[in-house]
Amino acid sequence: MTENLGYLNLILQGAIVTVELTVMGSILALVIAFAAGLGRLSRHFAVRALATAYIEFFRGTSIFVQLFFVYFVLPFLGVELTPLQAGVLGLGLNVGAYAAEVVRAAILSVGKEQYEACVALNLSRWQCMRRVIIPQALLVMLPTFGNNAIELLKATSVVSLISLADMTFQAQVVRSQTGSTLLPFATILVLYFVLAVLISWGMRALERRMARGLDGVRA
Amino acid sequence: MEWDWEFVRQIMPILLDGVKITILATILGSALAAVVGLAIALLRRSPNRIVSRSVGFAAEFIRGTPLLVQLYFIFFVLPDVGILLPPLVAGVIGLGLHYGTYAAEVYRAGIDNVPRGQWEAAKACNLTARQTWTRIILPQAIPPMIPALANYFIAMFKETPLLSAITVLELMNQAKSVANSYYRYIEPMTLVGAFFLVISLFSVFLLRWLERRYGRIER
Repeated sequence: MTENLGYLNLILQGAIVTVELTVMGSILALVIAFAAGLGRLSRHFAVRALATAYIEFFRGTSIFVQLFFVYFVLPFLGVELTPLQAGVLGLGLNVGAYAAEVVRAAILSVGKEQYEACVALNLSRWQCMRRVIIPQALLVMLPTFGNNAIELLKATSVVSLISLADMTFQAQVVRSQTGSTLLPFATILVLYFVLAVLISWGMRALERRMARGLDGVRA
Repeated sequence: MEWDWEFVRQIMPILLDGVKITILATILGSALAAVVGLAIALLRRSPNRIVSRSVGFAAEFIRGTPLLVQLYFIFFVLPDVGILLPPLVAGVIGLGLHYGTYAAEVYRAGIDNVPRGQWEAAKACNLTARQTWTRIILPQAIPPMIPALANYFIAMFKETPLLSAITVLELMNQAKSVANSYYRYIEPMTLVGAFFLVISLFSVFLLRWLERRYGRIER
Protein backbone atom coordinates (compact mmCIF):
# COMPACT_ATOMS: atom_id res chain seq x y z
CA MET A 1 0.00 0.00 0.00
CA THR A 2 2.76 2.48 0.96
CA GLU A 3 4.51 1.44 -2.22
CA ASN A 4 1.45 2.39 -4.24
CA LEU A 5 1.33 5.72 -2.44
CA GLY A 6 4.94 6.34 -3.43
CA TYR A 7 4.09 5.76 -7.06
CA LEU A 8 1.02 7.94 -6.78
CA ASN A 9 3.30 10.64 -5.41
CA LEU A 10 5.51 10.30 -8.49
CA ILE A 11 2.49 10.77 -10.74
CA LEU A 12 1.37 13.80 -8.75
CA GLN A 13 4.83 15.35 -9.19
CA GLY A 14 4.31 14.81 -12.89
CA ALA A 15 0.90 16.44 -12.64
CA ILE A 16 2.56 19.58 -11.28
CA VAL A 17 4.88 19.69 -14.28
CA THR A 18 1.87 19.21 -16.57
CA VAL A 19 0.02 22.09 -14.91
CA GLU A 20 3.12 24.33 -15.09
CA LEU A 21 3.52 23.56 -18.77
CA THR A 22 -0.16 24.21 -19.44
CA VAL A 23 -0.13 27.56 -17.63
CA MET A 24 3.14 28.83 -19.12
CA GLY A 25 2.29 27.47 -22.56
CA SER A 26 -1.12 29.15 -22.44
CA ILE A 27 0.39 32.51 -21.49
CA LEU A 28 2.91 32.31 -24.33
CA ALA A 29 0.18 31.15 -26.73
CA LEU A 30 -2.07 34.05 -25.71
CA VAL A 31 0.65 36.63 -26.35
CA ILE A 32 1.57 35.06 -29.68
CA ALA A 33 -2.08 34.71 -30.67
CA PHE A 34 -2.70 38.43 -30.27
CA ALA A 35 0.56 39.36 -32.01
CA ALA A 36 -0.07 37.05 -34.98
CA GLY A 37 -3.84 37.57 -35.10
CA LEU A 38 -3.50 41.35 -35.15
CA GLY A 39 -0.54 40.96 -37.50
CA ARG A 40 -2.76 39.27 -40.06
CA LEU A 41 -5.05 42.30 -39.96
CA SER A 42 -2.18 44.77 -40.31
CA ARG A 43 -2.12 47.48 -42.95
CA HIS A 44 1.43 46.55 -43.92
CA PHE A 45 1.90 43.73 -46.38
CA ALA A 46 5.16 42.52 -44.80
CA VAL A 47 3.57 42.11 -41.37
CA ARG A 48 0.56 40.32 -42.86
CA ALA A 49 2.77 37.96 -44.86
CA LEU A 50 4.95 37.17 -41.85
CA ALA A 51 1.95 36.44 -39.62
CA THR A 52 0.29 34.29 -42.30
CA ALA A 53 3.49 32.31 -42.89
CA TYR A 54 3.86 31.68 -39.16
CA ILE A 55 0.25 30.58 -38.74
CA GLU A 56 0.20 28.32 -41.79
CA PHE A 57 3.52 26.74 -40.88
CA PHE A 58 2.59 25.89 -37.31
CA ARG A 59 -0.89 24.72 -38.18
CA GLY A 60 0.43 22.66 -41.08
CA THR A 61 2.96 20.56 -39.19
CA SER A 62 2.36 18.48 -36.12
CA ILE A 63 3.16 19.51 -32.56
CA PHE A 64 5.30 16.41 -32.11
CA VAL A 65 7.55 17.29 -35.04
CA GLN A 66 7.78 20.90 -33.82
CA LEU A 67 8.81 19.82 -30.32
CA PHE A 68 11.44 17.47 -31.71
CA PHE A 69 12.71 20.20 -33.96
CA VAL A 70 12.98 22.66 -31.07
CA TYR A 71 14.62 20.15 -28.77
CA PHE A 72 16.94 18.20 -31.07
CA VAL A 73 17.67 20.44 -34.04
CA LEU A 74 18.02 23.88 -32.46
CA PRO A 75 21.03 22.80 -30.33
CA PHE A 76 22.89 22.06 -33.56
CA LEU A 77 22.07 25.57 -34.73
CA GLY A 78 23.47 26.94 -31.48
CA VAL A 79 20.26 27.41 -29.47
CA GLU A 80 20.46 25.28 -26.35
CA LEU A 81 17.15 24.87 -24.49
CA THR A 82 16.20 22.87 -21.42
CA PRO A 83 13.36 20.38 -21.98
CA LEU A 84 10.97 22.67 -20.07
CA GLN A 85 11.88 25.71 -22.19
CA ALA A 86 11.62 23.64 -25.37
CA GLY A 87 8.24 22.31 -24.23
CA VAL A 88 6.79 25.72 -23.39
CA LEU A 89 8.16 27.22 -26.60
CA GLY A 90 6.84 24.39 -28.77
CA LEU A 91 3.41 24.31 -27.16
CA GLY A 92 3.07 28.09 -27.12
CA LEU A 93 4.06 28.46 -30.76
CA ASN A 94 1.76 25.65 -31.87
CA VAL A 95 -1.37 26.58 -29.96
CA GLY A 96 -0.65 30.27 -30.52
CA ALA A 97 -1.03 29.70 -34.26
CA TYR A 98 -4.49 28.18 -33.79
CA ALA A 99 -5.53 30.86 -31.32
CA ALA A 100 -4.30 33.59 -33.70
CA GLU A 101 -7.02 32.55 -36.14
CA VAL A 102 -9.55 32.83 -33.31
CA VAL A 103 -8.35 36.36 -32.52
CA ARG A 104 -8.57 37.33 -36.18
CA ALA A 105 -12.05 35.89 -36.65
CA ALA A 106 -13.34 37.49 -33.43
CA ILE A 107 -12.03 40.92 -34.39
CA LEU A 108 -13.59 40.61 -37.83
CA SER A 109 -16.88 39.63 -36.21
CA VAL A 110 -17.17 43.05 -34.52
CA GLY A 111 -19.60 45.12 -36.57
CA LYS A 112 -18.54 47.80 -39.01
CA GLU A 113 -20.59 50.41 -37.17
CA GLN A 114 -18.22 50.11 -34.20
CA TYR A 115 -15.33 51.24 -36.40
CA GLU A 116 -17.46 54.04 -37.77
CA ALA A 117 -18.31 55.09 -34.23
CA CYS A 118 -14.55 55.18 -33.48
CA VAL A 119 -13.99 57.50 -36.43
CA ALA A 120 -16.92 59.65 -35.37
CA LEU A 121 -15.46 59.95 -31.86
CA ASN A 122 -12.05 60.80 -33.32
CA LEU A 123 -10.31 57.88 -31.63
CA SER A 124 -6.89 56.89 -32.91
CA ARG A 125 -6.50 53.42 -34.44
CA TRP A 126 -4.83 52.18 -31.27
CA GLN A 127 -7.50 53.66 -29.00
CA CYS A 128 -10.22 52.17 -31.16
CA MET A 129 -8.68 48.69 -30.94
CA ARG A 130 -7.85 48.94 -27.25
CA ARG A 131 -11.07 50.54 -25.98
CA VAL A 132 -13.78 49.53 -28.42
CA ILE A 133 -13.00 46.55 -30.61
CA ILE A 134 -10.93 44.18 -28.44
CA PRO A 135 -13.18 44.35 -25.35
CA GLN A 136 -16.08 43.20 -27.50
CA ALA A 137 -14.07 40.67 -29.50
CA LEU A 138 -12.63 39.14 -26.32
CA LEU A 139 -16.03 37.79 -25.34
CA VAL A 140 -16.34 36.05 -28.70
CA MET A 141 -12.85 34.56 -28.34
CA LEU A 142 -13.23 33.16 -24.83
CA PRO A 143 -15.13 29.92 -25.51
CA THR A 144 -12.73 28.94 -28.29
CA PHE A 145 -9.76 29.91 -26.13
CA GLY A 146 -11.11 27.44 -23.58
CA ASN A 147 -11.03 24.70 -26.21
CA ASN A 148 -7.53 25.76 -27.23
CA ALA A 149 -6.36 25.56 -23.61
CA ILE A 150 -7.72 22.02 -23.37
CA GLU A 151 -5.96 21.12 -26.64
CA LEU A 152 -2.78 22.54 -25.11
CA LEU A 153 -3.26 20.48 -21.94
CA LYS A 154 -3.62 17.36 -24.06
CA ALA A 155 -0.59 18.31 -26.14
CA THR A 156 1.56 18.56 -23.01
CA SER A 157 1.59 14.75 -22.88
CA VAL A 158 3.78 14.83 -25.99
CA VAL A 159 6.62 16.54 -24.08
CA SER A 160 7.17 13.26 -22.24
CA LEU A 161 8.79 12.13 -25.50
CA ILE A 162 11.46 14.83 -25.21
CA SER A 163 12.36 13.55 -21.73
CA LEU A 164 10.41 16.07 -19.68
CA ALA A 165 9.05 14.44 -16.52
CA ASP A 166 5.38 15.30 -16.94
CA MET A 167 2.44 13.11 -15.93
CA THR A 168 2.66 10.78 -18.94
CA PHE A 169 6.41 10.38 -18.44
CA GLN A 170 5.95 9.47 -14.78
CA ALA A 171 3.24 6.97 -15.68
CA GLN A 172 5.74 5.30 -18.02
CA VAL A 173 8.29 5.28 -15.18
CA VAL A 174 5.78 3.60 -12.89
CA ARG A 175 4.92 1.11 -15.61
CA SER A 176 8.53 0.14 -16.18
CA GLN A 177 9.25 -0.11 -12.45
CA THR A 178 6.18 -2.05 -11.36
CA GLY A 179 5.04 -3.76 -14.51
CA SER A 180 1.53 -2.73 -13.60
CA THR A 181 -0.12 -0.96 -16.53
CA LEU A 182 -3.74 -0.35 -15.63
CA LEU A 183 -3.07 1.63 -12.46
CA PRO A 184 -0.72 4.34 -13.78
CA PHE A 185 -2.50 4.87 -17.08
CA ALA A 186 -6.02 4.86 -15.64
CA THR A 187 -4.86 7.33 -12.97
CA ILE A 188 -3.41 9.79 -15.41
CA LEU A 189 -6.37 9.48 -17.78
CA VAL A 190 -8.65 10.52 -14.92
CA LEU A 191 -6.28 13.32 -13.86
CA TYR A 192 -6.11 14.70 -17.41
CA PHE A 193 -9.88 14.61 -17.62
CA VAL A 194 -10.25 16.41 -14.28
CA LEU A 195 -7.83 19.11 -15.44
CA ALA A 196 -9.76 19.50 -18.70
CA VAL A 197 -13.05 19.84 -16.82
CA LEU A 198 -11.46 22.43 -14.50
CA ILE A 199 -10.30 24.47 -17.49
CA SER A 200 -13.73 24.43 -19.07
CA TRP A 201 -15.41 25.42 -15.78
CA GLY A 202 -12.90 28.23 -15.26
CA MET A 203 -13.44 29.51 -18.77
CA ARG A 204 -17.20 29.45 -18.39
CA ALA A 205 -16.97 31.38 -15.11
CA LEU A 206 -14.69 33.93 -16.76
CA GLU A 207 -17.11 34.25 -19.65
CA ARG A 208 -20.03 34.90 -17.31
CA ARG A 209 -18.02 37.51 -15.45
CA MET A 210 -16.96 39.29 -18.59
CA ALA A 211 -20.43 39.18 -20.10
CA ARG A 212 -21.79 40.94 -17.01
CA GLY A 213 -23.41 44.23 -17.92
CA LEU A 214 -23.38 43.41 -21.61
CA ASP A 215 -26.83 41.81 -21.71
CA GLY A 216 -28.91 43.42 -24.35
CA VAL A 217 -26.04 45.58 -25.56
CA ARG A 218 -25.12 43.19 -28.31
CA ALA A 219 -27.61 41.41 -30.48
CA MET B 1 26.40 21.72 -38.65
CA GLU B 2 25.92 21.90 -42.39
CA TRP B 3 22.99 20.70 -44.43
CA ASP B 4 24.16 17.62 -46.36
CA TRP B 5 22.28 16.79 -49.58
CA GLU B 6 24.14 13.50 -49.97
CA PHE B 7 22.78 12.37 -46.61
CA VAL B 8 19.31 13.50 -47.64
CA ARG B 9 19.49 11.33 -50.75
CA GLN B 10 20.69 8.42 -48.65
CA ILE B 11 17.84 8.55 -46.11
CA MET B 12 15.04 9.44 -48.54
CA PRO B 13 13.95 5.82 -49.29
CA ILE B 14 13.65 5.05 -45.56
CA LEU B 15 11.59 8.16 -44.94
CA LEU B 16 9.34 7.39 -47.91
CA ASP B 17 8.63 3.98 -46.35
CA GLY B 18 7.56 5.86 -43.25
CA VAL B 19 5.32 8.18 -45.28
CA LYS B 20 3.48 5.14 -46.64
CA ILE B 21 2.71 3.86 -43.13
CA THR B 22 1.71 7.37 -42.02
CA ILE B 23 -0.76 7.67 -44.89
CA LEU B 24 -2.06 4.15 -44.35
CA ALA B 25 -2.65 4.86 -40.66
CA THR B 26 -4.43 8.12 -41.52
CA ILE B 27 -6.74 6.46 -44.05
CA LEU B 28 -7.63 3.53 -41.78
CA GLY B 29 -8.00 5.85 -38.79
CA SER B 30 -10.28 8.17 -40.77
CA ALA B 31 -12.48 5.31 -41.89
CA LEU B 32 -12.79 4.06 -38.33
CA ALA B 33 -13.41 7.58 -36.99
CA ALA B 34 -16.18 8.12 -39.53
CA VAL B 35 -17.94 4.94 -38.38
CA VAL B 36 -17.31 5.47 -34.64
CA GLY B 37 -18.45 9.09 -34.93
CA LEU B 38 -21.70 8.09 -36.57
CA ALA B 39 -22.29 5.39 -33.96
CA ILE B 40 -21.67 7.85 -31.09
CA ALA B 41 -23.90 10.49 -32.68
CA LEU B 42 -26.74 7.99 -33.13
CA LEU B 43 -26.37 6.45 -29.65
CA ARG B 44 -26.42 9.91 -28.06
CA ARG B 45 -29.85 10.41 -29.60
CA SER B 46 -31.08 7.13 -28.16
CA PRO B 47 -34.36 7.50 -26.24
CA ASN B 48 -32.86 5.31 -23.50
CA ARG B 49 -31.42 7.80 -21.00
CA ILE B 50 -28.80 5.41 -19.63
CA VAL B 51 -27.39 4.67 -23.09
CA SER B 52 -27.32 8.28 -24.27
CA ARG B 53 -25.83 9.61 -21.01
CA SER B 54 -23.10 7.00 -20.70
CA VAL B 55 -22.09 7.26 -24.37
CA GLY B 56 -22.07 11.03 -23.99
CA PHE B 57 -19.81 10.84 -20.95
CA ALA B 58 -17.46 8.34 -22.58
CA ALA B 59 -17.12 10.60 -25.64
CA GLU B 60 -16.51 13.59 -23.40
CA PHE B 61 -13.86 11.64 -21.49
CA ILE B 62 -12.03 10.54 -24.63
CA ARG B 63 -12.10 14.09 -25.96
CA GLY B 64 -10.72 15.50 -22.70
CA THR B 65 -7.69 13.22 -22.44
CA PRO B 66 -4.53 13.11 -24.57
CA LEU B 67 -4.33 10.79 -27.56
CA LEU B 68 -0.82 9.72 -26.51
CA VAL B 69 -2.07 8.39 -23.17
CA GLN B 70 -4.95 6.60 -24.89
CA LEU B 71 -2.48 4.97 -27.26
CA TYR B 72 -0.38 3.83 -24.28
CA PHE B 73 -3.54 2.52 -22.68
CA ILE B 74 -4.49 0.47 -25.73
CA PHE B 75 -0.96 -0.73 -26.33
CA PHE B 76 0.13 -1.52 -22.75
CA VAL B 77 -3.01 -2.21 -20.74
CA LEU B 78 -5.10 -4.30 -23.13
CA PRO B 79 -2.46 -7.09 -23.44
CA ASP B 80 -2.87 -7.62 -19.66
CA VAL B 81 -6.49 -8.62 -20.21
CA GLY B 82 -5.48 -10.86 -23.10
CA ILE B 83 -5.98 -8.55 -26.07
CA LEU B 84 -2.65 -8.39 -27.85
CA LEU B 85 -2.72 -5.97 -30.76
CA PRO B 86 -0.01 -5.28 -33.35
CA PRO B 87 1.25 -1.67 -32.99
CA LEU B 88 -0.36 -0.40 -36.19
CA VAL B 89 -3.77 -1.85 -35.27
CA ALA B 90 -3.54 -0.36 -31.77
CA GLY B 91 -2.59 2.98 -33.32
CA VAL B 92 -5.46 2.94 -35.80
CA ILE B 93 -7.93 2.07 -33.04
CA GLY B 94 -6.58 4.92 -30.90
CA LEU B 95 -6.79 7.43 -33.74
CA GLY B 96 -10.23 6.19 -34.76
CA LEU B 97 -11.69 6.38 -31.26
CA HIS B 98 -10.16 9.77 -30.45
CA TYR B 99 -11.20 11.47 -33.66
CA GLY B 100 -14.47 9.55 -33.70
CA THR B 101 -15.55 11.65 -30.70
CA TYR B 102 -14.77 14.81 -32.66
CA ALA B 103 -16.52 13.46 -35.75
CA ALA B 104 -19.56 12.69 -33.57
CA GLU B 105 -20.02 16.43 -32.93
CA VAL B 106 -19.89 17.09 -36.66
CA TYR B 107 -22.51 14.40 -37.28
CA ARG B 108 -24.68 15.79 -34.50
CA ALA B 109 -24.62 19.27 -36.01
CA GLY B 110 -25.27 17.84 -39.47
CA ILE B 111 -28.24 15.80 -38.30
CA ASP B 112 -29.66 18.73 -36.32
CA ASN B 113 -29.45 20.82 -39.48
CA VAL B 114 -31.90 18.61 -41.37
CA PRO B 115 -35.18 20.54 -41.21
CA ARG B 116 -37.99 19.17 -39.07
CA GLY B 117 -40.24 18.95 -42.09
CA GLN B 118 -38.14 16.09 -43.43
CA TRP B 119 -38.79 14.04 -40.30
CA GLU B 120 -42.46 14.79 -40.48
CA ALA B 121 -42.61 13.93 -44.18
CA ALA B 122 -40.89 10.61 -43.47
CA LYS B 123 -43.47 9.89 -40.81
CA ALA B 124 -46.29 10.92 -43.14
CA CYS B 125 -44.97 8.51 -45.78
CA ASN B 126 -45.07 5.75 -43.17
CA LEU B 127 -41.33 5.02 -43.34
CA THR B 128 -39.76 2.90 -40.61
CA ALA B 129 -37.09 4.43 -38.35
CA ARG B 130 -34.41 2.62 -40.34
CA GLN B 131 -35.77 3.86 -43.67
CA THR B 132 -36.04 7.40 -42.31
CA TRP B 133 -32.37 7.39 -41.34
CA THR B 134 -30.87 5.68 -44.37
CA ARG B 135 -33.12 7.18 -47.06
CA ILE B 136 -34.04 10.62 -45.80
CA ILE B 137 -31.91 12.00 -42.98
CA LEU B 138 -28.36 10.76 -43.55
CA PRO B 139 -28.27 11.41 -47.33
CA GLN B 140 -29.16 15.04 -46.59
CA ALA B 141 -27.07 15.40 -43.46
CA ILE B 142 -23.77 13.91 -44.65
CA PRO B 143 -22.74 15.96 -47.75
CA PRO B 144 -22.67 19.35 -45.94
CA MET B 145 -20.49 17.92 -43.18
CA ILE B 146 -17.84 16.43 -45.48
CA PRO B 147 -15.57 19.51 -45.30
CA ALA B 148 -15.74 19.60 -41.48
CA LEU B 149 -14.97 15.89 -41.29
CA ALA B 150 -12.09 16.28 -43.72
CA ASN B 151 -10.74 19.03 -41.49
CA TYR B 152 -10.54 16.60 -38.58
CA PHE B 153 -8.95 13.96 -40.76
CA ILE B 154 -6.19 16.42 -41.65
CA ALA B 155 -5.77 17.06 -37.93
CA MET B 156 -5.53 13.32 -37.41
CA PHE B 157 -2.87 13.09 -40.09
CA LYS B 158 -0.79 15.56 -38.11
CA GLU B 159 -1.17 13.47 -34.95
CA THR B 160 0.09 10.25 -36.54
CA PRO B 161 3.71 10.90 -35.39
CA LEU B 162 2.45 9.95 -31.93
CA LEU B 163 2.18 6.39 -33.18
CA SER B 164 5.98 6.26 -33.07
CA ALA B 165 5.64 6.18 -29.27
CA ILE B 166 3.99 2.76 -29.54
CA THR B 167 6.65 1.52 -31.97
CA VAL B 168 4.75 1.91 -35.24
CA LEU B 169 7.40 2.45 -37.92
CA GLU B 170 5.83 5.53 -39.46
CA LEU B 171 7.59 8.62 -40.78
CA MET B 172 8.59 10.08 -37.42
CA ASN B 173 9.93 6.80 -36.10
CA GLN B 174 11.96 6.16 -39.24
CA ALA B 175 13.38 9.66 -38.97
CA LYS B 176 14.23 9.17 -35.30
CA SER B 177 16.00 5.89 -35.91
CA VAL B 178 17.96 7.35 -38.83
CA ALA B 179 18.85 10.39 -36.73
CA ASN B 180 19.96 8.28 -33.81
CA SER B 181 22.12 5.93 -35.84
CA TYR B 182 23.94 8.70 -37.75
CA TYR B 183 23.64 11.30 -35.01
CA ARG B 184 22.45 13.84 -37.55
CA TYR B 185 19.16 15.46 -36.58
CA ILE B 186 18.87 18.44 -38.88
CA GLU B 187 18.12 16.62 -42.14
CA PRO B 188 15.72 13.91 -40.94
CA MET B 189 13.69 16.21 -38.66
CA THR B 190 13.51 19.01 -41.20
CA LEU B 191 12.45 16.53 -43.86
CA VAL B 192 9.72 15.16 -41.61
CA GLY B 193 8.48 18.72 -41.09
CA ALA B 194 8.64 19.36 -44.83
CA PHE B 195 6.75 16.16 -45.64
CA PHE B 196 4.00 17.07 -43.21
CA LEU B 197 3.80 20.64 -44.44
CA VAL B 198 3.61 19.59 -48.09
CA ILE B 199 0.97 16.92 -47.50
CA SER B 200 -1.06 19.22 -45.21
CA LEU B 201 -0.97 22.10 -47.68
CA PHE B 202 -2.00 19.69 -50.43
CA SER B 203 -4.88 18.42 -48.28
CA VAL B 204 -5.93 22.01 -47.58
CA PHE B 205 -6.37 22.50 -51.33
CA LEU B 206 -8.39 19.29 -51.44
CA LEU B 207 -10.45 20.60 -48.52
CA ARG B 208 -11.19 23.87 -50.34
CA TRP B 209 -12.38 21.83 -53.29
CA LEU B 210 -14.58 19.69 -51.03
CA GLU B 211 -16.01 22.86 -49.49
CA ARG B 212 -16.96 24.18 -52.92
CA ARG B 213 -18.35 20.82 -53.98
CA TYR B 214 -20.34 19.89 -50.85
CA GLY B 215 -20.23 22.81 -48.46
CA ARG B 216 -23.19 24.68 -49.89
CA ILE B 217 -26.53 23.48 -48.68
CA GLU B 218 -29.10 23.71 -51.44
CA ARG B 219 -32.68 23.46 -50.39
